[in-house]
Amino acid sequence: MEPAAITVAPFDEMYTADGQVRLPYSVYSDWLIREPEDALRQKRAEADSHFHRVGITFAVYGEQDGNERLIPFDIVPRILSADEWRKLAAGLRQRVQALNAFVADIYHGQDILRAGVLGPAQIFCNDQYRPEMQGLDVPGGIYAHIAGIDVVRAGQGEFYVLEDNLRVPSGVSYMLEDRKMMMRLFPELFALNRVAPVEHYPDRLLENLASVAPAGVAAPVVVVLTPGAHNSAYFEHAFLAQQMGVELVEGQDLFVRGGFVYMRTTQGPQRVDVIYRRIDDDFLDPLVFRSDSALGVPGLMSAYRAGRVTIANAIGTGIADDKSIYPYVPDMVRFYLGEEPLLSNVPTRILRQPDDLAYTLAHLDELVVKEVHGAGGYGMLVGPTASHAEREDFRLRILAAPEKYIAQPTLALSSCPTFVEEGVAPRHIDLRPFVLSGKEITIVPGGLTRVALRAGSLVVNSSQGGGTKDTWVLED
Amino acid sequence: MLSRTADHVYWLGRYAERAENLARTLDVQYRLSLLPRKSTSEGVGWGLTLSTLNFADRYATRFGEDYETHRVIEFLAFDRENPSSILNCLRAARENARAVRGSISSEMWETFNATWLEARSNAPSRFSARNVAEFVEWVKYRAHLARGVVLGSMLRDEGYHFMQMGTFLERADGVARLLRIRLACEATDNAGEPVTHDYLPWTVLLRALSAYEIFRRVSRDRVTPMHVVEFAAFRPDVPRSLLRSAELVFDNLAAVANTQSGETQRRAGVLHSMLRFGTLATLGAGGAEALLQDVSERVWDLNDRIGRDFLGHVVPT
Repeated sequence: MEPAAITVAPFDEMYTADGQVRLPYSVYSDWLIREPEDALRQKRAEADSHFHRVGITFAVYGEQDGNERLIPFDIVPRILSADEWRKLAAGLRQRVQALNAFVADIYHGQDILRAGVLGPAQIFCNDQYRPEMQGLDVPGGIYAHIAGIDVVRAGQGEFYVLEDNLRVPSGVSYMLEDRKMMMRLFPELFALNRVAPVEHYPDRLLENLASVAPAGVAAPVVVVLTPGAHNSAYFEHAFLAQQMGVELVEGQDLFVRGGFVYMRTTQGPQRVDVIYRRIDDDFLDPLVFRSDSALGVPGLMSAYRAGRVTIANAIGTGIADDKSIYPYVPDMVRFYLGEEPLLSNVPTRILRQPDDLAYTLAHLDELVVKEVHGAGGYGMLVGPTASHAEREDFRLRILAAPEKYIAQPTLALSSCPTFVEEGVAPRHIDLRPFVLSGKEITIVPGGLTRVALRAGSLVVNSSQGGGTKDTWVLED
Repeated sequence: MLSRTADHVYWLGRYAERAENLARTLDVQYRLSLLPRKSTSEGVGWGLTLSTLNFADRYATRFGEDYETHRVIEFLAFDRENPSSILNCLRAARENARAVRGSISSEMWETFNATWLEARSNAPSRFSARNVAEFVEWVKYRAHLARGVVLGSMLRDEGYHFMQMGTFLERADGVARLLRIRLACEATDNAGEPVTHDYLPWTVLLRALSAYEIFRRVSRDRVTPMHVVEFAAFRPDVPRSLLRSAELVFDNLAAVANTQSGETQRRAGVLHSMLRFGTLATLGAGGAEALLQDVSERVWDLNDRIGRDFLGHVVPT
């Protein structure tokens, strides 16, 4: 079924079309009605001041001295019923399993290419394919140990996967801090609602990382590898290392000797077994990838290929979350698991194909056009809200290199009540649950809800004025 | 512990202590500049302060010989271009804390972060050269708070020992310099005249070291320069004394010793025993001034050696 376009009224998370409160929100809604607006305003100010003091911020390049910015936090939670979550979680589990199988297959037997589901050019001409990974066995056959799957609700509330993030997905620290903040601001709400906890995510992450350590390592040493304090996601890197109780290292802290990876400590070199890296493939090892990278570790790839260290996520997972590969994920589910996909993709036109290109050019004012390699809400055209000039500019860019673009219908993203300047008003949201894959697959209930704070806007990215909400999964 | 992490906590300790020492030094010199002094113009005192703190060249290239009180205070406390101004020390402490926020307690990070954010947003509206007394009080208050947070929330692992080492090396150096400033001012004041002991500056100094009441309690001596130097250098039980600082440097160093740090420990032991067994009577020809200078030199020698032995610094040969 085609998801509804923007012309249809969006699905509202809290209210039905005739204004009834949906069941998961009933207790919250009763509370919200009685809460004076001034009290809400005061709570929001308290949240902002706390986030500043605690330094839950993202760094902005070129700014220093504590000028890091806050990601706006909305005090109205997004609530899912146990049943909604069960279905969504099953779909996520299935999807991530298929994606991992796909990456393993691409770097080994390539059955899926021989079966003709995808053409070889789509893999081998893709920048995200890493020939260095060909034939390399990784522990458990797991590549995407941490996946962030962006889902949206459209139409009558069905979930659609908008994007798979399999490289270095971020945002989980906001999921955890948003929950902490809600419990601090509104403890009474947690007495009224049975909200599934998320606080154990760092424990699960550590278990997951330890479970994929190189064979034979009894007590693996895990580290988090960050590009450094000036990276925009530095807070999250430091936060996760601290919560897991492991070292937060930079490339300069690691070195490779005798085929093993070590970190420099005050008591001499110490072996490192698992690296949870928050650096892109390109910067990991200047001897193999970008030679100008000062963030990486020379020789890391050789230790990795020798099976002496696990890198999470594995190198080369980008081949599975590329926007040009995305349309084939449902086929991967069928191919590897022999199951029908539980979660739908957004119907996607691949502009490399002449029919899709012609259709897209004729319907630019209805569609969203995305760059295959774009991220963070950049390099994208939202047809219905773009100006004529912007559309014509994009038309030229598409014609110059159609293979660089895909097009999707403009989804009527669901909306959720949000506390903005004029009071509580609906704003569009999405959801990024985090899926951990190791010996088993674990998903902490909920995820990070991102909200487009500008009225009518469909762009939820923090770099484009998006905020976050606490996400509640109610227990039965 | 990662060498880089140890390096950051070490400098976190140093910068936090430096901010406090500078505030205390500023407190003394500022209070004295308000008093009617006999032979000394206010400029001489500020000139000696800047040169003893090794700021003279940096100051002179910007302002020449102009030692107007507010200008000097502005330079020492708030100047964004002076890398060692109190404000910049608070910033540097915060940046070092941020670099290791995953390895120190959240409460520590929040305290150093809040100190910097508050300093930044209050300078120059509330904190300024014209209102330096309030600023100094505030810096001391925040330092007390940070100390409590460290004591009450930090794991006693290597990081703690490196932070303590940074703190107490910096304190030994800072206190030694503050005493040297006072001795130099005293010598200038009394040049060509018979020595008439003026207890006032030394009382102010004791107060700035939070030690006036202690001095009164433990000593029957009059407040004279030599009695204060003896007290501030050799007392094992005074929190800001040189001996106390040297002892804590030695102890914390012993707690993190590694295979190459033997010589560094020995030198820390020399500094410690020099103060532990020293008396005014055993001072050599240079007297107190030479002792204090020697302490500062030994502090910087230990700083370099700790960098090489533990923190992964490459020392130029």
